[in-house]
Amino acid sequence: MSDNSGNTNERISQIVGDNDVVLFMKGTPLFPQCGFSNRAVSILDHCKVQFESVDVLQDMEVRQGIKAYSDWPTIPQLYVKGEFVGGSDIMMEMYEAGELQQMLDEKQVAKAE
Amino acid sequence: MPMPSDEIAALIKAAIPDATVEMEALVDDNDHWLARVTSAEFAGKSRVQQHKMVFAALGERMGGELHALQLHTSVPN
Repeated sequence: MSDNSGNTNERISQIVGDNDVVLFMKGTPLFPQCGFSNRAVSILDHCKVQFESVDVLQDMEVRQGIKAYSDWPTIPQLYVKGEFVGGSDIMMEMYEAGELQQMLDEKQVAKAE
Repeated sequence: MPMPSDEIAALIKAAIPDATVEMEALVDDNDHWLARVTSAEFAGKSRVQQHKMVFAALGERMGGELHALQLHTSVPN
């Protein structure tokens, strides 16, 4: 296996930088391929926020690379304005406490159409 | 490979000695667990940092063997 980790880091960094809200997930928002990713998508839908998603199942480099990039062992992973927010458990805790909506409002990210 | 809940709890307690760990089976397959971890060590730390402390205790199992571990961390009242 060749070492593309630097390259992959750069790609991830660009994705995170180019999108206000980005969810690294398994599958797509319409067809999530795991319960945790499904939960993450539902939470973002409830927050009525516009978000970009990256299907890590389609990209093995990103699938491994994002774990090192965030120092976080599981997927999904949510980034807002370049900041790592957490996985689906943290998203759920924040959502239930009203903190996620508050954060999205404060950071003035675009609403879903 | 699934992992028994008492093993998961023991690993967490080995790393965070004051932690109380409640394990709840989400699916009855010895594979889908919810761990509720309460520790004074979490005080003043962000949720991400709290979860990372638990991940550190579980090492490489997290995301591998433990692909279906749901995690809830809190500070004792």
